[in-house]
Amino acid sequence: MHPPRLLLDTGSGGKASHRLIKDFFLKHFANEILNRLDDAAILKISGPIAMSTDSYTVTPLFFPGGDIGTLAINGTVNDVAMLGARPLFLSCAFILEEGLEMEVLERIVRSMAQAAAKAQVRIVTGDTKVVPKGAVDQVFINTTGIGEILAQPCPQGHRARPGDAVLVSGTMGDHGLTILATREGLSFEAPIASDCAGLGHLIAKLLKAVPEIHVLRDPTRGGLATTLNEIAGQSGVQCLVREETVPINPVVAAGCSFLGLDPLYLANEGKLVCILPEEHTDQALRIMREDEYGQNAARIGTISNDHPGRVVLQTPLGGHRLLDMLEGAQLPRIC
Amino acid sequence: MNSINPLTGFKDPVLCRNLLDKIHAELGAPLSFMEVCGTHTVAIFQSGLRSLLPRDLTQVSGPGCPVCVTHEGEVAAFLELAKKDNVVIATFGDLMRVPGPRGRNLNIAQAEGARVEVVYSAFDALILAQKHPDSKVVFLGVGFETTAPTVAATIKAAAAQGIENLLLFSMHKLVPPALAALLTDPEVNVDSLILPGHVSTIIGLEPYRFIADQYGVPAVITGFEPLDILQALLLIMTQIKGKQPRVVNQYSRVVAEQGNPRAREIMSEVFEPSDALWRGLGRIPQSGLALQGEYARFDALRLLDVRVEELPPLPGCHCGEVLKGKVRPNECPLFGKACVPANPVGPCMVSTEGSCAAYYKYSL
Repeated sequence: MHPPRLLLDTGSGGKASHRLIKDFFLKHFANEILNRLDDAAILKISGPIAMSTDSYTVTPLFFPGGDIGTLAINGTVNDVAMLGARPLFLSCAFILEEGLEMEVLERIVRSMAQAAAKAQVRIVTGDTKVVPKGAVDQVFINTTGIGEILAQPCPQGHRARPGDAVLVSGTMGDHGLTILATREGLSFEAPIASDCAGLGHLIAKLLKAVPEIHVLRDPTRGGLATTLNEIAGQSGVQCLVREETVPINPVVAAGCSFLGLDPLYLANEGKLVCILPEEHTDQALRIMREDEYGQNAARIGTISNDHPGRVVLQTPLGGHRLLDMLEGAQLPRIC
Repeated sequence: MNSINPLTGFKDPVLCRNLLDKIHAELGAPLSFMEVCGTHTVAIFQSGLRSLLPRDLTQVSGPGCPVCVTHEGEVAAFLELAKKDNVVIATFGDLMRVPGPRGRNLNIAQAEGARVEVVYSAFDALILAQKHPDSKVVFLGVGFETTAPTVAATIKAAAAQGIENLLLFSMHKLVPPALAALLTDPEVNVDSLILPGHVSTIIGLEPYRFIADQYGVPAVITGFEPLDILQALLLIMTQIKGKQPRVVNQYSRVVAEQGNPRAREIMSEVFEPSDALWRGLGRIPQSGLALQGEYARFDALRLLDVRVEELPPLPGCHCGEVLKGKVRPNECPLFGKACVPANPVGPCMVSTEGSCAAYYKYSL
């Protein structure tokens, strides 16, 4: 039926393209909106909506805890959800390299379908391009998501206020170190895995109980340090983080120490930062810890007026220093 | 005796607090210390120690970051090497942005067509040379006694395997001659030295003896955890109080009295001491390493006919004074304005272990 590797003419728009859509994408993504195969999807949605888009490229395609497919679904679902929205619909565009193993494509599509089902979002429109060998690295995926805003005013980066508490939903750096270790063939004393997960349900529960939440954001590329700097800048406040309260898997901490990396700058794909009025801290932590993706939730800091736009780290010794944004990539040291 | 968890034991907050209290209580007159190694500079900032030490205990960051001490003339020379036909430059990532004359760097050279590969070790350069048998792969050798042995071992391996297209531009530098130059300089005024732990694993204690014997300056070989640094400062204070300057090994769990004779043997088989140019310090006799004997055939400068010229410092840049501890990074007029990590003017802002970059990144 299908040759074992993707041929360039599969992207021509003819019969080969239709077979690919039917046997791979419709097979796994099927729903009444997508099944129509019209040029555009018709969606029923009311009230203000949140919309976000992201393109995904990762080496290797598969890693402990996830793959490029789960990233492409959960990443966009999370971006939409961070605005306090319930993610509903996704578009999905693939750029595929000629010669890609069909088995690899199907594995990715299958895990996308599973992630979408778990997040209760539907893929309602899509596109596929096949480009000559070498023009892309195996698979690039773009997804765009939209969702209904649940709370008004919705959580946004500029709403952090002095006195607010800063929470995270779990351990930091797992995804970033997992990708690096898989890529470089490193192993540690215990296995580590990406935290890749959709946080839509957790956020819905949080907002239902605590609609007063000021900021929600997922600390992806650049890690917790970068995300907090963005928020401190947008809100014009200082964020003080107490280093020893930031949850870090001991295996990740040991791996980072060995490689000269800082887990606060490593990417997460299934965690959120939540900033809210201090009096709601315990309630929010309880809700997070009851959820499968928030078991290690912790309060890590406080918002104040001291150094507006800055993130200050209180070290375990009690010293204070700047926790700046990352300049470029983290590099292992020379000596 | 209880064993110490190497990950957490040497940063134990309670033990650190005890030592800090002791330092605060016992520090009488103002005291300055120079940490020679960039890893110490970063450790002092990163752990928050800097904000906890007494005001009268002044930290001066010395010339211990290999990227920072790379001379303008050396940068100009490797940019020249990158222009040569059929040359692939293999380099540590940190050197990519180090500015040379007129702000040029390897990133710019690469955009203009030079072939540049970032490697993580000298052995990666050897593999690169095997992969490109028709090109000359020039490895940019920077670093102190810590890095030089593995580079020497790589050159030995290349010689043994008959890989003749791997070349080395040796900008390696030796720590003790630079310390001698600093201590002789009348403008440099430091009361004590925190000596580099990693370099000392190779050279041991002996090469530092002159610091106390000739210059009467206390010096402590120090590990990189907060407790190591605090203990070293207390050891210095004890010596100053007792007026008995010595070279002490605080980092004895890693540094042997004799260092690593095997590493030194490989180093001296491949290299011989030579005069070297240091940014900010100028020419220091016998402070560099040049390929010697049969290994001289791997010398990139000789084979590709490039010379290191003694160029003037970059205009406005105070990195030279910073490296001598004469000017603090934030006292340089360019600091944080024209010179930032994203667009560094001087090398102390380029390297993550440079003192300007550490000030910029960690200072409140």
